[in-house]
Amino acid sequence: MGLIMAEMVKKATRESFGEAVTELAATDDRIVVLDADLAAATKTGIFKKAYPERFIDCGIAECNMIGVAAGLAACGKVPFAASFAMFSAGRAFEQVRNSVGYPHLNVKIVGSHAGISVGEDGASHQCLEDIALMRTIPGMVVLNPSDHYEMRAAVRAAAAYEGPVYLRLGRLAVESVNNNDDYTFELGKGITLRDGNDITVVATGLMVGEAIKAVDALREQGISARLINIHTIKPLDKELICKAAQETGRIVTVEEHNVIGGLGEAVCAAVSEECPVPVVRMGVYDVFGHSGPALDLLKEFGLTAGNIAQTVKDALHK
Amino acid sequence: MNQQEYKQLQIAACKVRMGTIVGVYNAKSGHPGGSLSAADLFTYLYFKEMNINPARPQDPDRDRFVLSKGHCCPGLYAALALRGYFPEEELIKLRHIGAMLQGHPNMQDTPGVDMSTGSLGQGISAACGMAYAAKLDKKDYRVYALLGDGEIEEGQVWEAAMFAAHQKLDNLCAIVDSNGLQIDGPVSEVAGLQAIDEKFRAFGFEVIEIDGHDFNQIEEAFAKARSVKGKPCVIIAKTIKGKGVSFMENQVSWHGVAPNEEQYKAAMQELQAALTSLQGE
Repeated sequence: MGLIMAEMVKKATRESFGEAVTELAATDDRIVVLDADLAAATKTGIFKKAYPERFIDCGIAECNMIGVAAGLAACGKVPFAASFAMFSAGRAFEQVRNSVGYPHLNVKIVGSHAGISVGEDGASHQCLEDIALMRTIPGMVVLNPSDHYEMRAAVRAAAAYEGPVYLRLGRLAVESVNNNDDYTFELGKGITLRDGNDITVVATGLMVGEAIKAVDALREQGISARLINIHTIKPLDKELICKAAQETGRIVTVEEHNVIGGLGEAVCAAVSEECPVPVVRMGVYDVFGHSGPALDLLKEFGLTAGNIAQTVKDALHK
Repeated sequence: MNQQEYKQLQIAACKVRMGTIVGVYNAKSGHPGGSLSAADLFTYLYFKEMNINPARPQDPDRDRFVLSKGHCCPGLYAALALRGYFPEEELIKLRHIGAMLQGHPNMQDTPGVDMSTGSLGQGISAACGMAYAAKLDKKDYRVYALLGDGEIEEGQVWEAAMFAAHQKLDNLCAIVDSNGLQIDGPVSEVAGLQAIDEKFRAFGFEVIEIDGHDFNQIEEAFAKARSVKGKPCVIIAKTIKGKGVSFMENQVSWHGVAPNEEQYKAAMQELQAALTSLQGE
């Protein structure tokens, strides 16, 4: 075929976001980017360098930034408003709800440094609530891409979609998992990464890479686990999840988020209403994080391939 | 302006006040006090100041108005109806199920409403975004935002003020309806945000202070605001809460309650008398 395989890339999704929004701006002059004094961290600095006239630094004032983005969208712009998830989705929640969600304005809310993998900055900056907060806003699309390639696709899809979108970015560099040529991204559609019949693992964001390792290791032990990557937490691909529930009988969900309000609860809601099967939720169990190196924290909170594999085995024997 | 024009504005403002009372009475709830204090400002904006066309409410080149003090929408709705954005019959359905007129403004429901507001402090930020968009697109439309003097206790207002001045948004005109009262009492007693003028000046605004019921002063203020270059403008309009309905004037209690039938009749009678007098002069 002569196809060139997409390369494995180890990169933080925040960086992939910064690159993608900058590239997209070349052909879409509606795109503007706002930040709240964190351009170097959220990687909107890449855009700022290329398009200084379309970059708006709002200073350390996230609530105003969201309102400004709403006004820009009301005048036909496609604003990406970025800060740490704790602030864009957390601090400015009510502005997102009332100034963006309620009028259904075309604003893309970008939450970087989500989850405990922020690391050393500690609990004040480790947002474990953003998915829950954004999911509850009517009409809000919630995206949590798993790697470089998925983030690039998600940025394009978010810009093409007319309406509010929340886009979750990670700080930690992660190895790509979607570097295959037949990769396609469709808003609201999950991706089956591994087929299997014994149980289904549903993972999102940075946990997808760990889940792949877990599922592959289980296969060597004779356990056939299906793996679904959910990049769009809302609207959730209920069809794919219910099919998996019916065919495999059990589900384990994995996310770098509080188990309250995130992917796990979204899957539980879909499954319990339409195709009841046991669901085990992996995530942060309703506690705050703390300072430490990101990888050590992920290990401490059980968000590793080894622990996912063990949880799957336990779930099979429940 | 000449006397005839002045009188026409007074007549329109009187009708806006009547529409406000009709709306709030039929809704059995809502905010008459601040709607009445801002009635002359609504009237001037929609009948004289703004470049708008009710037949084309989505015209990309139109001037924008953001009612940052969203709870005073009964007054805005009355002005929009009188200006021809929608039939005046809609006013009696204010706050009813299925009505286009929500308890606080929603741009998706109501022709002529440029931004959804109601949560205080947020409208001014959206107005900043609209003004910024005009600059990006090199368009000359202007953006007006009406705030309450209680509303500006919200910290976001000052984030927006900092932004507007820093970005030199001279196409933004903020207006503070300074009626001196908020729900819990006089603004000076509740949170003590005094010297509004000095605060806006310190943030980099051109500040214009006027009597918000005097159309000559209102006209001069907006003309001056249009002439200011390189910085945003704020018009601090001293007003009387409840203006035009004598028993509502300067009464905190009329911030957010509807008149009963007897009060409704008295208010409408007083406004009708004022209207008849203006039309008969």
